[in-house]
Amino acid sequence: MGQAFGYLWALIVGAVITTRHFVVNMGFHTLRFFGIKRFRPGAVTIQYPEVRKPLAARHRSVHRLVRRPDGKPRCVACLLCVTVCPSECIFVEAEEDPDPDVQKTAARFEIDLSRCCFCGFCVEACPEDAIRMDTGTIDLAVRSRKDLLYDRDRLLR
Amino acid sequence: MSDVLISLVKIFVALGWFLVLTLYLTWVERKESAVLQDRIGANRASIFGLRLFGLFQPFADAIKMIFKEDFVPAFGNKVLHTLAPFVSFFFVAVTITAMPFGDDILIGGKTISLQVFDAPVGLLYVLAMLSLGIYGIILSGWASRNRFALLGSVRGAAQLISYEVALGLSLVGLIMVFPSLRMSEIVRFQGGTILGFLPRWGVFLQPVGFALFFVAALAETKRVPFDLPEGESEIIGFFAEYGGLKWGLFMMTDFMEIIVVSALLATLFFGGWQVPWLAADGFHWPWGGHWALARWLVIVLQVLAFQVKVVFFCWLQILIRWTYPRFRYDQLMDLGWKLLVPLGLLNILGTGLIMSL
Repeated sequence: MGQAFGYLWALIVGAVITTRHFVVNMGFHTLRFFGIKRFRPGAVTIQYPEVRKPLAARHRSVHRLVRRPDGKPRCVACLLCVTVCPSECIFVEAEEDPDPDVQKTAARFEIDLSRCCFCGFCVEACPEDAIRMDTGTIDLAVRSRKDLLYDRDRLLR
Repeated sequence: MSDVLISLVKIFVALGWFLVLTLYLTWVERKESAVLQDRIGANRASIFGLRLFGLFQPFADAIKMIFKEDFVPAFGNKVLHTLAPFVSFFFVAVTITAMPFGDDILIGGKTISLQVFDAPVGLLYVLAMLSLGIYGIILSGWASRNRFALLGSVRGAAQLISYEVALGLSLVGLIMVFPSLRMSEIVRFQGGTILGFLPRWGVFLQPVGFALFFVAALAETKRVPFDLPEGESEIIGFFAEYGGLKWGLFMMTDFMEIIVVSALLATLFFGGWQVPWLAADGFHWPWGGHWALARWLVIVLQVLAFQVKVVFFCWLQILIRWTYPRFRYDQLMDLGWKLLVPLGLLNILGTGLIMSL
């Protein structure tokens, strides 16, 4: 008998909790609807495409290649990123650089983002700080797989 | 001739009211559950960029379901498979005819009751039609030729038949108190007051009956605390082999059952279209005042009161669905046979004792 009342009590407590959530949230929604924004919003939802949560400072988003002051890419085609990449999604083809201090540069630098796992090892491995993952781009959906193959010019953007 | 016309208009209005409320109950269910879980809910469906809190969501859902494949499993019985959702839908849809929406109105010397079909056994008619809905469940499980669907429909039938007993017993006390089984009479009877101030509503005459009826009726709607026939999250239910618009009919039936239960609760226990202390000529306050109101205003207030009561109980049932976890099957049967049925019998005994005093 005592157990039965325990169940009944638990049922009532549960209903009170959900009703409280409903009433409080509905109140805040209503205030917001009438333009009163002094209180918290009625929901914790972030309406994603329109409203975006600020990314963390160390968030790893789509890669970019960093330029030298003269505009050429910093990359010296050392292939460390290619070596360390666990997804094997980076492809680099070296060529000779006319500048004797640089000697080598990347003729082709492609990242296949459909394979990339965004581990950031390439950024860690790069001795020249030539590749970074700080563009802040996180919406990558495209209609064709080819569009996920980022070449050098696109990464230098 | 005009009688037929009036009846047709009443049927269309009642059915239109029922279906529109059903459509929007799907939206209310999503939004209410979202609000009480600190979310926002469906708000993306738009017409020319006009969102209106996602009010177009039911139409988007309907269009999606219409364009889905009309699937019948191989070896399934095509005729019965197609028939089952319509059986479910039909027997719930016809119950709305017995609900009184308001008092009689006089137009051009003709008395028109705001009720489609005022049967002398209206209450029994509603209960009978709700029970016949089991056929839809059984047929869908059987015609799918799927063991899991069949098990789901057997669970459903067992549950519904068990709770049918509790539902009937919970109403016997009410039938003893009320003078008639006619729905309009039941509502008219609840117009007076007890002890001069309390409205003579069923809930005050039969508090235990109300609690029993509410629990049993929740079980009849097959929704979450009692959703063993369906079990959408892990156990497989009777409409496992349904898709598209036929599945949509089953879902609509669920929501229509919520409305029917709400309308029954309002009619039997909360005075139907009666507003407390409102008579045909205005408010008679229990502390002795009198507000005279025009006849048409009284009718509007009464119709509105019924709507408010129905919407409130729909809200309450959705709240319950999003608050409580599901019963285990033995717990479900225990609750039905070991708690609701004995309490219903005791309630009948107590009502009889008090009435014979």
